[in-house]
Amino acid sequence: MTGKPARLVVDDDKCQGHNRCRLLAPDLVDIDDLGFAHAKGDGTVPSELLEKARLAVRNCPEFALRLETDET
Amino acid sequence: MTGRPPVSDWATDFDHTDPRWTENPYAIMAELRGRCPIAHSERYGGLHAPMRYADVREIAYDTDHFSSKRVVIRENPPNVPLPSPPITSDPPHHKPSRMLLLPAFTPQKIDRLIPDARRICNELLDELQGRSEADAAIDYAQHIPVKVIAKMLGIPEAEGDRFREWIHVFIEDTIVDDGTSADRLVATAREMDDFFGRYAEQRRRDPKDDLISFLLAAQHDGAPLTERHFYGALRLLLIAGIDTTWSAIGASLLHLATYHQDRDRLVAEPALMPTAVEEFLRAYAPVTMARRVKEDTEVSGCPMKAGDWVMLSFPAANRDPDVFPDPDTVVIDREDNRHAAFGLGIHRCIGSNLARMEITVALEEWLRRFPRFTLQPGARIAWSKGPVRGPRTVPVNLA
Repeated sequence: MTGKPARLVVDDDKCQGHNRCRLLAPDLVDIDDLGFAHAKGDGTVPSELLEKARLAVRNCPEFALRLETDET
Repeated sequence: MTGRPPVSDWATDFDHTDPRWTENPYAIMAELRGRCPIAHSERYGGLHAPMRYADVREIAYDTDHFSSKRVVIRENPPNVPLPSPPITSDPPHHKPSRMLLLPAFTPQKIDRLIPDARRICNELLDELQGRSEADAAIDYAQHIPVKVIAKMLGIPEAEGDRFREWIHVFIEDTIVDDGTSADRLVATAREMDDFFGRYAEQRRRDPKDDLISFLLAAQHDGAPLTERHFYGALRLLLIAGIDTTWSAIGASLLHLATYHQDRDRLVAEPALMPTAVEEFLRAYAPVTMARRVKEDTEVSGCPMKAGDWVMLSFPAANRDPDVFPDPDTVVIDREDNRHAAFGLGIHRCIGSNLARMEITVALEEWLRRFPRFTLQPGARIAWSKGPVRGPRTVPVNLA
């Protein structure tokens, strides 16, 4: 049930640089010099940021973000 | 031919320049979604107008069947090509011309413009101080993007009236043919090129920290930009950067002047602003783009012939109840909001970070100054027609 922490994954092929995730979950993404998003570090989402991560996933216009948990 | 016959049936005789669409497209969108979600028309030589998010999305992603070479629906497009890369580019040419512009529009770069945007807004608001009424579109919204983009490009903001006139020719005045529209469009493009040419000459000798210098130094396939590419990109940045953002700011202010609960809530809870801005962008998305069908295809069972126009209405996608519950209600704390106001796929608005920043700053500064502003009773709102929809008048009482 508790398992490993969730991991935020940004699909480079889908991200078009809308930067919605940067506004919703700034602690979880880096924006590169072209404006594309990448998960910070290895993408691990601390439990206190889980809600923000989910929000970023649900608002990405390109469906480029996903949250990987043990179950997936 | 200036007057066009009124639309007889929106499903089969669609025309986005019909005054009823300009006035209030949302009711027409909802009605069409219920009975014919991809409207069509013999006008403009054949036109399809999808109203559902899923169809808009499919077409935006399908660059094999839908070309961006012409992104404004015109009755009589000029024979002279007026490319504005990358918005008018298809793969494989699109990517390199987009890549060269992207570094200038990252959120990191745009954040540096926030102090200038705040100053610009406050200078405009200073002019209104002490007055009891104003026009939030004419006295405020329309000037903000002009001044910001002029600063970015490195051209004088005092020329704002001229910029707006050029844009009016490009996206409103020449979309319906009056026999001179194609010539006027080409003449206006040449006038813009001459204007930019004077600044390009100066920047070649004395480069500055602006987009003209940036484009002069830019490389495309290992070489400087061709003249056609250089001027096309500059025209795009000026045209795309002004009416769009002006419309979004104006529509947001019109909303807040009308719905006082939302106005009061934003004044009391400024942290809600980013969420509210995305909701204004969803509900009042200003921009509709066009595509041309490259080869015969079909979308959701609707056949489309090579050469037909497709109106890619992001505003319609954003009001689709299959994606956005209660889509015609503005919910300023809407949490799930995957809106398409900046387009979808490879042509995502390159200025989206800039637009979002300008809208946010403009609303914050306005509300700081006039937290209790209201729409004037009986006010008539004039909406722009064509690919960019926004209120051109928003008469308000300031206190």
